[in-house]
Amino acid sequence: MRGGLIVLAAALALGACGGAASNEVTLLNVSYDPTRELYEEFNAAFSANYKTPDGKTVKISMSHGGSGKQARTVIDGIDAQVVTLALQNDIDVIARESGKIPADWRTRLPGNASPYTSTIVFMVRKGNPKAIRDWTDLARPGVSVVTPNPKTSGGARWNYLAAWGYGARQFGGDEAKIREFVASIYRNVAKLDSGARGATTTFTNQGTGDVLITWENEAFYTLTELEQGAFELIYPSLSIKAEPPVAVVAGNARKDGQLQAAEDYLRYLYAPDGQRIVARHFYRPIDPSAADPADLARFHEIEMLSIDDPIFGGWDQAQPKHFDAGGLFDQIYQPAR
Amino acid sequence: MRAAAQDGTRRTSWRRRSVLPGFSLTMGYTLAYLSLIVLIPLAALAIRSASLGWTEFWAIATDPRIVASLQLSFGAAILAAVVNTVFGVIVAWVLVRYRFPGRRWLDAAVDLPFALPTAVAGIALATLYAPNGPFGAFLEGVFGLKVGFTSLGVVLALIFVGMPFVVRTVQPVLEEIDRETEEVSATLGAGRLRTVTRVIMPGLLPAILTGFALSFARGVGEYGSVIFIANNLPFQSEIAPLLIVIKLEEHNYAGATAIATIMLVISFAMLFVINLLQAWSRKWFGHD
Repeated sequence: MRGGLIVLAAALALGACGGAASNEVTLLNVSYDPTRELYEEFNAAFSANYKTPDGKTVKISMSHGGSGKQARTVIDGIDAQVVTLALQNDIDVIARESGKIPADWRTRLPGNASPYTSTIVFMVRKGNPKAIRDWTDLARPGVSVVTPNPKTSGGARWNYLAAWGYGARQFGGDEAKIREFVASIYRNVAKLDSGARGATTTFTNQGTGDVLITWENEAFYTLTELEQGAFELIYPSLSIKAEPPVAVVAGNARKDGQLQAAEDYLRYLYAPDGQRIVARHFYRPIDPSAADPADLARFHEIEMLSIDDPIFGGWDQAQPKHFDAGGLFDQIYQPAR
Repeated sequence: MRAAAQDGTRRTSWRRRSVLPGFSLTMGYTLAYLSLIVLIPLAALAIRSASLGWTEFWAIATDPRIVASLQLSFGAAILAAVVNTVFGVIVAWVLVRYRFPGRRWLDAAVDLPFALPTAVAGIALATLYAPNGPFGAFLEGVFGLKVGFTSLGVVLALIFVGMPFVVRTVQPVLEEIDRETEEVSATLGAGRLRTVTRVIMPGLLPAILTGFALSFARGVGEYGSVIFIANNLPFQSEIAPLLIVIKLEEHNYAGATAIATIMLVISFAMLFVINLLQAWSRKWFGHD
């Protein structure tokens, strides 16, 4: 309501200036790391096909980085009209601390405001020399694991939770056993990078580790971009449904037409054109009907837990329990006493 | 004027002596500039960490993981500064005292660590020294020495980023030292070693200490290159600046500034001691 008033006031002010506004609306989309290629193509398609109701074109700038760091730049005042991040929690924090995003943002777009999903998979070296098939193999002594730090990387939190979900399935409600299982995987970690792309570099370019835990989209990207046949993708028996959410930063959509353009921009992600581009960039579209069947055929059907499963209890519970200071992840690296 | 100077000798003694014009203008700029760039941001840091109570601050300062990271950050920075001091003096000596083809190229190469984004340096070092990298495999195979993804890798990265400081502070001083004093020393019967330790070194010592301090200070704060060559695991090779970033990711600004404040206090104390040593060496060796 208040945002609407501000937009109205801005429109009036512009009108008073004699309509000096340009015929272009600019938006800034603050996103996380591996979406670079996706939004490059999507933005071009949107700009080419979309005009605001009063006939203006829309120009979109991008900012990429670790999801948590990106959320902080929005809280600290970067003039972003759209956020497309890795974790629901990151957008929740923006909504809570800056008030620029309405608290009910998750209900404003279909699929919990996630136009695409992904899952967590393994990447191993050619021929899978350590015979890695499932999460238990990652806990085996002598297996070297590469995964980013869940403290600094959104994707890494999905990695951690996927391992936890598998442990929960194996050991039922015995939390001590789940913790020991997850801890034994993280004790095998050779390097905790700060982000998903950094971990990929460590695994591929520096030859470190027997297995990389990563986003499905990042694994496909690596397989197609880098040396063909040097790596293999392994689907575990159970993974997690990662839902990277999107939202309009209404509090920053002050200029004429920005709010409308930002909302239409995100809706375009759900449109057939957007869903087709999403699938081409290895994200799972929530409406597969428009996507190229050849793109869809790449995704294996595996069982995926949802973050809202009682095992996790949604981000509201999972975040403080596992990732806050002194949480279960921190306890893994407490020295034995 | 004269009366003012006479009765004002105690009150404004530091102003009376300025022979150069423009003191108040330049001093004003100096204070404004230092305040804007250094003092106000650091004061904001202190104020923010002051929002923590003393007990919370102490809990952070004594947390074993934070203590381990501080030990690593300062230990590695000191070690790197020592290595840089030894080899930096040798490099400066070679560049100043000898003429050889390619000297200018070598001289320019010294500054490269300044120009390179540190992340690039970190990736390059990690690729070379990773267990599967060419140097890493060699060092581990022959000496059983693991460099990449260990605390030794941290030292290596800090040596890289701090390398130019000692060379660049020692070089101009070395150029200024009159070669005739060495000849005099030799004709008076001093051996080569004695000439170096008693004639050249005392003049160089303040510059060497400055280079050491700069290299150390650069190393303590370094983040970009280290996170690539360290494995960043707590208690293994997790540096204090990384813990600050982690605290920020937790949206724990007070905790982050608390670690920063601790680092600042330790750094300031160490730089202060180095400055004292410098003053002492000037006095002791009679150089100004």
